Amino acid sequence: MLEKALKGTKAYWIWVISVMAVMGIAFLFYLKQYHYGLGITGLSRDVTWGFYIAQFTFLVGVAASAVMVVLPYYLHNFKAFGKITILGEFLAIASVIMCMTFIFVDMGQPFRIVNVFLHPSPSSLMFWDTLALGGYLVLNVIISRVVLDAERKSIPPPGWIKPIIILSIPWAISIHTVTAFLYAGLAARPFWLTAVLAPRFLASAFSSGPALLILLCLLLRKFTKFDPGKEPIQKLALIATYAMAANVFFVLMEFFTALYSDIPEHVMHFQYLFLGLEGKATLAPWMWASEILALLALVLLLNPKTRRREGTLVLACITVFISIWIDKGMGMVIGGFVPNPLGNVTEYAPTFPELMISLGVYAMGILIVTGLYKIVLSVRGEVRA
Amino acid sequence: MYDAGKIIIGLIVFLIIITFPVWYNVAMGNATYFPQLEYPADAEQCVADSAYIRASHMDLLNTWRDQVVRQGIRIYHAPDGREFEMSLSNTCMKCHNNKEEFCDKCHNYLAVDPYCWDCHIEPKELVP
Amino acid sequence: MKIDRRKFIKFTGLTTVGLAGTPIVRALTGEDSLLTPAKPAPSLDNPLTAKRWAMVIDLRKCISKEGCTACIDACHLTHNVPDFGNPKDEVKWIWKESFEHAFQEQEHEYIDEKLKNAPTLVFCNHCDNPPCVRVCPTQATWKREKDGVVMMDWHRCIGCRYCVVACPYGSRSFNWRNPRPFIKKLQPDFPTRSRGVVEKCTFCEERLARGLMPACVEACPEKALVFGDLENPESEVRELLKNNYTIRRKPALGTQPEIYYII
Repeated sequence: MLEKALKGTKAYWIWVISVMAVMGIAFLFYLKQYHYGLGITGLSRDVTWGFYIAQFTFLVGVAASAVMVVLPYYLHNFKAFGKITILGEFLAIASVIMCMTFIFVDMGQPFRIVNVFLHPSPSSLMFWDTLALGGYLVLNVIISRVVLDAERKSIPPPGWIKPIIILSIPWAISIHTVTAFLYAGLAARPFWLTAVLAPRFLASAFSSGPALLILLCLLLRKFTKFDPGKEPIQKLALIATYAMAANVFFVLMEFFTALYSDIPEHVMHFQYLFLGLEGKATLAPWMWASEILALLALVLLLNPKTRRREGTLVLACITVFISIWIDKGMGMVIGGFVPNPLGNVTEYAPTFPELMISLGVYAMGILIVTGLYKIVLSVRGEVRA
Repeated sequence: MYDAGKIIIGLIVFLIIITFPVWYNVAMGNATYFPQLEYPADAEQCVADSAYIRASHMDLLNTWRDQVVRQGIRIYHAPDGREFEMSLSNTCMKCHNNKEEFCDKCHNYLAVDPYCWDCHIEPKELVP
Repeated sequence: MKIDRRKFIKFTGLTTVGLAGTPIVRALTGEDSLLTPAKPAPSLDNPLTAKRWAMVIDLRKCISKEGCTACIDACHLTHNVPDFGNPKDEVKWIWKESFEHAFQEQEHEYIDEKLKNAPTLVFCNHCDNPPCVRVCPTQATWKREKDGVVMMDWHRCIGCRYCVVACPYGSRSFNWRNPRPFIKKLQPDFPTRSRGVVEKCTFCEERLARGLMPACVEACPEKALVFGDLENPESEVRELLKNNYTIRRKPALGTQPEIYYII
């Protein structure tokens, strides 16, 4: 079936070549980073994780969000999702591969990563995260291949795939929980030391993921013969609505515990993010934008009229995605480092090479999604001639 | 088989090309080439016998690394009874102090690029 | 009382001997004395060992010598620690923070001005319950069973910096660039590190293996740093802990840091 990704119109190939060009340029920047060291990024002794890890954290959520289409369809026979579960699974595959690549480009000695498997360290959440992400990738590759192959042959998928699909449901929850545990178990970082971090990650994943899936489905409808239909889109929108409401609620809970208890080592991080510390407030405009967009998104999603109208739904999905991208990515990750454990304020901003490398990783993800979705559409005969 | 003649000729040409490095070196008389190493003047014998060292010094150094760094054991008991400190810079390179004339000679010939010296200091670097 | 010359001489003689006895005996048999055999030369055959290494820092002595950086210079020289010249790429194993920053939970408005801004020596605490060891995915950092030193294996480190994130004391540095060009004076007997690995104080374990005290301890002109075995009741560190009130950094986190400060 992979050969179907290699047949396409001129427009398709122009798109693919352009994406690959971006990847090529980004690769050159990566070579520069590999040669010089990670000092080429904006990272420093105080802010040791930044843009790359922020993207990783955000994309694990998108990868996990496939469960929001898989669970209703396979566990509760929600037939309306029949045509889009494969799209969710393919999006998950692309996201997990992007996650792994963001980790790779963030390592100081990337070619020693095999040490994680040569010297397993069960006390380290990073060890479990590699297993969880690797396993999730394998699961989704097997599931999507078997199911799509069956669809191509117009036969029901084999019985043995069902338990594997069911397994992918708790596994999806676990990949994002493990990623949250990476942060939430550290005594050194009171900003992250909260039990609600994993639920918050899941809630934001289950709103940003479906939002992206809605946008992708509508994009496909614009450029190909694929039409998801109104019901799956509306159901996805409803899922995103409830998940976004939960996410905003969790964020407000975080505000309350920190700000009401008034413990300096908790308050200081919120103060830096939203007001600035010692006159340094680079992230403040971003954080306020994120919160305003979140509220706007909630208003658009909670109101059935704006949720049902496609124009406003698209706007809502975009605002959900951007708001959570800022909040979970830069906000949460950088916020944990400022101020540092000694109370010093060091700011962080990604550098141009850092952004270019990240763009390249995103381009790779877009390429994977393009190729995989092309395969699905070819199998279903829904490619535009 | 269709076009048997062309295929067999093609296979033979392929084999000739792919084995080029081997028969070319034999033809040019390079088959017996061995890099000329500069051995230390003042020491008779390395920490182990030459054949073993030549073939397995990487394994020896890896073992030394784990013993020193991870176990905290620093004294090596050579097979012939002598004792050495397990250290690349302080033991090996105390005798083999010219990296270009010794280590690099074989490594370059075999296109091997060990990164030991990214961290472990070779004696020549200290000469200002 | 009638006392004759003989008795008087006997009496004063015995008193003199009695008074001089202890100092004389000590001079003959104490440490660094004439009769004690010379300490063996530092070598791999007589390492310093302990069940649990720890350090007591007398901040009063340290503060009294303003502007002194002897320990920092000794450490960074001995271990080829690079000087990048900017705070972004900075690598440091031991340095001075203000008292307020080193002991954030101890600060208040009315601390003596002298102490408030006093430079406090900070470095790896070699915790008994180290969070950095717990998070390392390759065990490139671990706590030594035999003596409690939290070690680094620079061959195995993948540079993920999880340990840097997990350290509550900011003790660890990452090599954001190749450090070689930035090492002022290369010391031949200790390797440098490469770009892409994390480094920190290792309690001079390579010096301990040779029977030498850590470089910082040896370099301190005020003898403010006392290094010893916590599980030896006769050690100097135990005596200092018994006779002085000491504080540690962020004790509430349960890391059990083994650097004690006398304020």
